[in-house]
Amino acid sequence: MKTNTSQSAILLSKWKRIRKHYQLYLFLFPTILFFLVFHYIPMYGVTIAFKNFIASKGIIGSPWVGFDHFERFFSSYKFSIVMWNTLIINLYELLIAFPIPIILALLLNQVNNARFKKLVQTVTYAPHFISVVVIVGMLYLFLSPRNGLLNQLFAWFGGEPVFFMASAEWFKTIFVFSGVWQNAGWSMIIYLAALTAVSLDLHEAAIVDGASKFQRIWHIDLPSILPTIMILLILNIGSFMAVGFEKIYLMQNPLNIGSSEVIQTYVYQTGLLSAQYSYSAAVGLFNSVINFVLLVGFNQLAKSMKQASLW
Amino acid sequence: MPIKSNAADRWFDVLNYGFLTLLMLIVLYPLYVIVISSVSDPNSVNAGQVWLLPKGLTFEGYERIFQDERIWTGYRNSLLYTTLGTCINVVLTLTAGYALSRNLVGRGGFMFLIVFTMFFGGGLIPSYLLIKELGMYNTIWSQVIPTAVGAWNIIMTRTFFQMTIPNELQEAAEMDGCSDAKFFWKIVLPLSTPIIAVMVLFSAVGHWNSYFQALIYLREEALQPLQIVLREILIVNETQENTLTIAQSDSETLRIVDVMKYGIIIVACLPMLVLYPFLQRYFVKGVMIGSIKG
Repeated sequence: MKTNTSQSAILLSKWKRIRKHYQLYLFLFPTILFFLVFHYIPMYGVTIAFKNFIASKGIIGSPWVGFDHFERFFSSYKFSIVMWNTLIINLYELLIAFPIPIILALLLNQVNNARFKKLVQTVTYAPHFISVVVIVGMLYLFLSPRNGLLNQLFAWFGGEPVFFMASAEWFKTIFVFSGVWQNAGWSMIIYLAALTAVSLDLHEAAIVDGASKFQRIWHIDLPSILPTIMILLILNIGSFMAVGFEKIYLMQNPLNIGSSEVIQTYVYQTGLLSAQYSYSAAVGLFNSVINFVLLVGFNQLAKSMKQASLW
Repeated sequence: MPIKSNAADRWFDVLNYGFLTLLMLIVLYPLYVIVISSVSDPNSVNAGQVWLLPKGLTFEGYERIFQDERIWTGYRNSLLYTTLGTCINVVLTLTAGYALSRNLVGRGGFMFLIVFTMFFGGGLIPSYLLIKELGMYNTIWSQVIPTAVGAWNIIMTRTFFQMTIPNELQEAAEMDGCSDAKFFWKIVLPLSTPIIAVMVLFSAVGHWNSYFQALIYLREEALQPLQIVLREILIVNETQENTLTIAQSDSETLRIVDVMKYGIIIVACLPMLVLYPFLQRYFVKGVMIGSIKG
């Protein structure tokens, strides 16, 4: 009886607090409504992956077909191609594009001249603000077999022009390294921020002990920013199957498609261009689920290894 | 001080400065070539003679760009989408971020609702069907509403408000009979210029540079933003001319496209170029705020 009254007292005081701050709830209302409509309705809408979507009947009225679309995807010849490309592109990115900003930040952190440091930052951050359309446009310009700068350099040495952008072998390398060119500088900001927190005492003690700069980077700086690296690695793996889709789509053409068709471009192709809504929603869902499992799994792994984790 | 390690450190410094200088050159050189090619004679550019200085100085490219109807329409549309989209973004992000930074009943639940969308989503197709269902397809709304507010930005503003606006200050104002809305308007906003600047720049750059929203949701020519026009000129043309019509590569149309290509990149990047000093300052600040909470 007593607990009952105290519980209702808590409820009452909660209700009072809500009423007192009703304006804050009004602040929040449009945003919550936005998330419900534009994020949670599509999450419900993904049920069309288990249905045969018929436009006139809508999402709710369309008949259920279970896992038919998934089975069709798994048994289609495209499955192994898009899975392979998605995996390889992302592994390639993880191996090349992930460590480079860390190395750059460690090196830049050793620069004592404040103006030079600032200059390097100003220059290397700049490409981050260029749109992906322009980046890919620049790739086409510089790599063109007809008048691209790189091929002219080849010709100058007596080589044959290579049509890089139409080459399946070159696709992944161009994709990853142009990404490094654009974003490596920008991505190091977060590591630079983490490096400012490294204690000077440690460095001073190491200097007294005769540690070289390289040794101090390796034994002091790197371990200090390891938690930051772990968090970014988890986030990176959580979007493992998703990165760079808009850029891949722009770089894609009939000649390199064997190497550039990834899950998401396949979803776009089959879904929006061929109007196979249910099938492509199933493929997209498969992709999201893998991402989610990777994120949770990797976070769990980091946790069990007593490393920094998201939650 | 042991002398040996000092010598090693000096070598390290020399190599480090050298490497970073080389790095800057690698970043800058492509951009530099774009600039000099945009004011050079297209024949010299095609012959590979423009790699250090402009050759056969001409502004024909820029003249063509200014005469091109598509580019003007695209520019206008992009400005419109960017302005409107940024206003919506900033208003929603700031109000929601502030509300979530206070000690509200149910805050945890609201946060979960928002953060969860960062890790899982319905995907392209259900969103596309929703936009069609809502009648936004092929309208300006399809460019500004589906991206009205982002989870990451809310987390960032919330962190900012938690750090800068103590609950005690708000409670004190409350005692004096100041309502939440009034407090937000009179006290919070004037104290929040850094986060407002960050949000304005984040979403302005995002809107200006985006093309995919337009590619999937806009059909009409007159509604296309600049990035779609750029894609036509820089990418679709280039793919076609190299794969299909090499035979006609000396035709006049091709020459016009060639002469415009470099200039159009400059024109498209102009707003970013003008904003860059602010961008750099505030974006870095933004990333820092965001990184505090991870």
